[in-house]
Amino acid sequence: MRQRIRPEGQRMSARATTVAAAQTGRPEGPDAHAAVRIEHVSAWYGTRQAIDDVTLGIPPHTVTAIIGPSGCGKSTLIRCVDRMHEVTPGARVEGTVRLGEVDLYAPGSDPVLVRSMVGMVFQKPNPFPTMSVYDNVAAGPRLRGERVSRGDLDDLVERNLRRAALWDEVKGKLGRSGATLSGGQQQRLCIARALATDPAVLLMDEPCSALDPIATYRIEELIRELAAEVTIVIVTHNMQQASRVSEWTAFMLAGDDGIGRLVELDRTEQIFTKPSDPRTEAYITGRFG
Amino acid sequence: MQRALVLRRTRSITRRLIVDRAMATLFALATVIAVAPLVLVVAYIVVNGVRGIDLDLVTKLPAPVGEAGGGMANAFVGSAILIAIASAVALPVGILAGVYLSEFGRGRFAATLRFLTDVLTGIPSIVVGIVAYTLVVVPFRSFSALSGGLALSIIMIPTVTRTTEEALKRVPTTIREASLALGVHEWKTVLRIVIPTGLGGIVTGVMLAIARISGETAPLLFTAFGSSFWGEGPLKPIAAVPLQIFQYAISPYKEWHDQAWAAALVLMLFVLVLNVGIRSVTRTGFQSRGV
Amino acid sequence: MADTAFRRVSFVFGVLIVALVALMVYEMAQQSSLSMRTFGPAFLTSTTWDPQHRAFGALPFIYGTVVSSVLALVIATPISLGVAIFLVEMSPNWLGNVISAVVELLAAIPSVLLGLWGIFVMVPFLQRYVEPALQTAFPGVPLFDGAPYGVGLLAAGLILAIMIVPTIVAISRDVMASVPIAQREGMLALGATKWETTRRAVLPYARSGIVGAMVLGLGRALGETMAVTMVIGNRPVISPSLLDPSYTMASVIANEFTEATYELYVSALIEIGLVLFAVTILMNAAARLLVARTARGMPVAP
Repeated sequence: MRQRIRPEGQRMSARATTVAAAQTGRPEGPDAHAAVRIEHVSAWYGTRQAIDDVTLGIPPHTVTAIIGPSGCGKSTLIRCVDRMHEVTPGARVEGTVRLGEVDLYAPGSDPVLVRSMVGMVFQKPNPFPTMSVYDNVAAGPRLRGERVSRGDLDDLVERNLRRAALWDEVKGKLGRSGATLSGGQQQRLCIARALATDPAVLLMDEPCSALDPIATYRIEELIRELAAEVTIVIVTHNMQQASRVSEWTAFMLAGDDGIGRLVELDRTEQIFTKPSDPRTEAYITGRFG
Repeated sequence: MQRALVLRRTRSITRRLIVDRAMATLFALATVIAVAPLVLVVAYIVVNGVRGIDLDLVTKLPAPVGEAGGGMANAFVGSAILIAIASAVALPVGILAGVYLSEFGRGRFAATLRFLTDVLTGIPSIVVGIVAYTLVVVPFRSFSALSGGLALSIIMIPTVTRTTEEALKRVPTTIREASLALGVHEWKTVLRIVIPTGLGGIVTGVMLAIARISGETAPLLFTAFGSSFWGEGPLKPIAAVPLQIFQYAISPYKEWHDQAWAAALVLMLFVLVLNVGIRSVTRTGFQSRGV
Repeated sequence: MADTAFRRVSFVFGVLIVALVALMVYEMAQQSSLSMRTFGPAFLTSTTWDPQHRAFGALPFIYGTVVSSVLALVIATPISLGVAIFLVEMSPNWLGNVISAVVELLAAIPSVLLGLWGIFVMVPFLQRYVEPALQTAFPGVPLFDGAPYGVGLLAAGLILAIMIVPTIVAISRDVMASVPIAQREGMLALGATKWETTRRAVLPYARSGIVGAMVLGLGRALGETMAVTMVIGNRPVISPSLLDPSYTMASVIANEFTEATYELYVSALIEIGLVLFAVTILMNAAARLLVARTARGMPVAP
């Protein structure tokens, strides 16, 4: 098996860390106990800057939502966390991201390794079209060349399909192509695929934007369940969704220069009832965006 | 006043509608004329070829001039060998170059490469024959299966390259990102995810390229050269179906003409079945795979 | 790192193709240098092709190639444009798909099979019916002078026309289909008929793409070998009559390459190949530029 770097402080009780994060998880000072600390991250596409100097601590074992009008850089920000941003040709990142104590952008840090520690679920369900349901879930360990016995792999597939609340629907058709499932099932399959990598953090980039309301409801339910075992960051443009699933909410906004910046991070109820920044209030009361 | 205007417009409209009808008829006629040669060629090859089709054609060697009977089994085997050699060279080169263009191909070098593959597609096949002659036949001092196969591979490479590029470019970025986000290396992502997803398109391109080279004659004239016997190894001349058809067609012997028609029928069926098959599969099969 | 290695490997195969083209150019230039040194530019203007006396001039082949190809273009262009307009502007979808598929199949028929049909079916038909009819209709016109052999420039032009119709149809069809619907609707709203719309809105817009299609077709005709070799008569003469046998650059290489017994002879044939190579590259490049211009949606001033 590949060596896994496990961030310290991950095993603290959920309540204790939440409290700790509540005190210090503000943009000004990322908390030492945060699962992910984004430090002074700026990102560019070619010469166009997308986000500027974002500093943010993601509290562990809970759901953090990132909201903001489109073009505010929220997707770009989470793509910086698992070093997917640099996959786009010409894209570039400054600043750093720490997963526990591990500096993901340290010289010599391997983006491939980083991505195997952080899971990602995309806007549109994207199961591998040539693979069966089973192979989709097993894809991570298999393609990374980890040696897993057939029995262990069966267990892994079942466990993660259960975690993704998909097992009961697909247990009889594990050999079928992932593309034959419904949209909502495909998205849960993608969640199972990401979970099978056993990530410390699960990043979700508007995971419900391509789904109908019922499928959306099931995914939201799933997100709340999963929060007990994995730190989740969800990007959404849907404020109701953010208030339904998340405990913490970060609000981002693009300035007149078109560059996205973090406005504030706070408890979700705080953000939606009495935000400290007038711009947040303007946004959540629908005055712009 | 108003009425005169309407009247005048009505009259001009009648004339314009007649012109419109006439042009429509002309275009339909042009279509019939364009399709007619295919019908005629296919019909003549079927009618003239069907008489000569028998088991001897594909199992026996050519009979000496003037003798009845015999076949051109050596040519069918030879064509298969030439296509195999060409594929063995062209598939790795074409597919990997296609991967390069689709996955990493940005900038000036890639643009040059794309232009040159297009150029390569347009080069007359006889010129390709000359190059294979100077590169292989001259140093080995013999016409050979190898030189013929290489000539055909040069014709195959650009088609395989460009269809691979097109097929892989149609694979959505999100599929690549899904794999990368799992912590899978780029090279494995390409080999295990991107290529399998685009495989339908690549196979189509390869099949079309094979259909094309199976009928190529000009580049074989002074490379494979032709032979009345079974091939004697990669460095000796070898027979090929299109070559044999050409040599028989320009010969003065009636028996050979008949065999040329028969072989033409087999070759034509092979090429048409490949083309029709691929087109019907690509229209229904590969596209509806949810990619 | 494995990823870097993979990028490098795929890059190397890309380089291989570039090297292949460079090698082709180099080999052709190298192998024809003897002929170039011996004859100089006069090679292209001399009309004598006499291997027995070591005299080589390519003009008869250039003439035969150009005349047969231009003839093919003259025959194929109106037909192809008719088909393309029919496909894009008039036919119902299903019929258009069927016709497109049939025309593409025509392109798939190997040249040697068209040549076979040409020798045994088309040439006798031309000799017996078409050529005498032309001579009766245009008595004394040099274009149709001489004995009706069947084989000759006319036969070559016809068979080439058959071969380039699919090329011109496919490209001009795509180019016309890319003309924005707004262009058509603008004309139709003025009360124009279908043909007037095509002529005024579609054709001007698609013009450079259509010219590109023709150039590409011409390029294909220039380099075509087998079918032409089988019906053109293979005689290196320059005659104004379309009924007379002729010879093309590709066919002289096809016929004489294996018989070329001494170095200068081979070299002269390769020089012909080099000229053919250069001309077809230029034609391809020009055609692609023209087609790309329409594809990018640049209307061309009439």
